[in-house]
Amino acid sequence: MAVISRGFHGRRGPGGDRLPPGQYVTEDFPVLSAGPTPHIPHDRWSFTLTTAAGEKRTWDWDALMSLPSETPQADIHCVTRWSKYDTRWRGVPVDAFLEGVDPDGTYVLVTSYGGYSTDLPLADVTGGRAWIVHEYDGAPLPPEHGGPARMLVPHLYFWKSAKWVNGMRLTRTDEPGFWEQLGYHAYGDPWREQRVQGD
Amino acid sequence: MRAPALWRVAVVAEVRQETADARTLVLAADGWPGHLAGQHVDLRLTAEDGYQAVRSYSLCAPADGARLEVSVQPVADGEVSPYLAGEVRPGDELEVRGPLGGWFVWDPADGVPDPVLLVGGGSGVAPLMAMVRARQGAPAPAPLRLLHSVRAPDQRWYAAELDRLAAEPAGPVVDTVYTRRAPPGAVRPPGRLTLPDLERPGWRAQDAPRCFVCGPTAFVEAVSGLLVEVGHPPDRIRTERFG
Ligand SMILES: Cc1cc2nc3c(=O)[nH]c(=O)nc-3n(C[C@H](O)[C@H](O)[C@H](O)COP(=O)(O)OP(=O)(O)OC[C@H]3O[C@@H](n4cnc5c(N)ncnc54)[C@H](O)[C@@H]3O)c2cc1C
Repeated sequence: MAVISRGFHGRRGPGGDRLPPGQYVTEDFPVLSAGPTPHIPHDRWSFTLTTAAGEKRTWDWDALMSLPSETPQADIHCVTRWSKYDTRWRGVPVDAFLEGVDPDGTYVLVTSYGGYSTDLPLADVTGGRAWIVHEYDGAPLPPEHGGPARMLVPHLYFWKSAKWVNGMRLTRTDEPGFWEQLGYHAYGDPWREQRVQGD
Repeated sequence: MRAPALWRVAVVAEVRQETADARTLVLAADGWPGHLAGQHVDLRLTAEDGYQAVRSYSLCAPADGARLEVSVQPVADGEVSPYLAGEVRPGDELEVRGPLGGWFVWDPADGVPDPVLLVGGGSGVAPLMAMVRARQGAPAPAPLRLLHSVRAPDQRWYAAELDRLAAEPAGPVVDTVYTRRAPPGAVRPPGRLTLPDLERPGWRAQDAPRCFVCGPTAFVEAVSGLLVEVGHPPDRIRTERFG
């Protein structure tokens, strides 16, 4: 039972099939984060995968660089309502880190330098749908956009693409991450406008 | 459906001019569940043909029953902000949902006596004003400093109220940085906020204040970077960006 706002006409953008509901297209690359930007030098960076049974595997920067990389191109959608088309990245598919790992667990909790975390179904970060990226637009990923390395999960709202990533833990139940504990949606599908809990 | 996802009707109760082009809207939203200083809402506008647009606005006053306040800076060619800052008048109806954002919040009743440092750029002062106002009702208010960066003296929001509160015996400390034009007689030449502007006894790193920084992305990046540089621990700095 939406009420009519007198005198509001709005401006229907040329959204089309490519723009999820409630989003606008931007040419810049806005930033969303909860605190100051951490600056992590490559020689202090590492990424640790922890299985549901507690086994750990760690990659340092050189190990990350030695993994075969891909160059995904994707539209990204931020919950604060901007979308950006055709962003170009370089990184390693999450599948590469899970090779030979007992796939026990149905969710992952991705963790970051600075304390950020976010939870996703394992199925959403495997099968070539998610990457750990370290280049944006042909250059090293800048710290304010999550460098040295961040997650890229373009089919979900961009808070799921954790910046400054340092680990991923497989879990048997869904453990809410940082924004998810603060009332944001557990899954975050932009096409179903899953912004906050209850959407 | 959880409360934050629920759309409620909000009636415009009052409109206040903050500057030549920015306005504060007082809304009445029946059933509002309350909020903490620093949180924001989504406002939804519906045109006669059913077209809808939604934007986020920070609440600039603490919870007060069904009463909500937001301040809007119109952006050139914007779809929603020029409407809210220009066209809307008392009695008009729109929709609101929230409260949203549970991180950039300060509860003056949480019993933590640590000083509070608020740094706002332009319209980024809105959620900080909710914190300043919430402190007024607190039994033993923490020392609070608001540092507001604006282009010129006529760009200050809530100016009369802030000056009045700052003059009270245990009132907040209110400092203003002018980036383009300073008031006559000002000692500091106009310019971007720098380290000396941030440093003030009582809110230095050794005083361990809780810091809240809000504004455009470049402003938030610069200020939070400076705070870290002079020794404020990153986990004491919470940021909100309007971009
Ligand atoms: C958490 C949060 C709290 C906010 N609180 C406030 C507040 O208290 N007061 C206030 O005035 N505004 C606030 N904003 C910004 C507000 O939500 C709108 O983005 C703003 O009013 C512009 O909307 P518009 O429809 O007029 O412009 P649009 O029609 O959306 O955009 C006009 C042009 O500006 C660009 N643009 C859109 N939004 C932004 C932006 N936020 N920053 C820079 N460029 C943009 C677009 O790409 C477009 O080119 C807040 C935003 C967020 C995310």
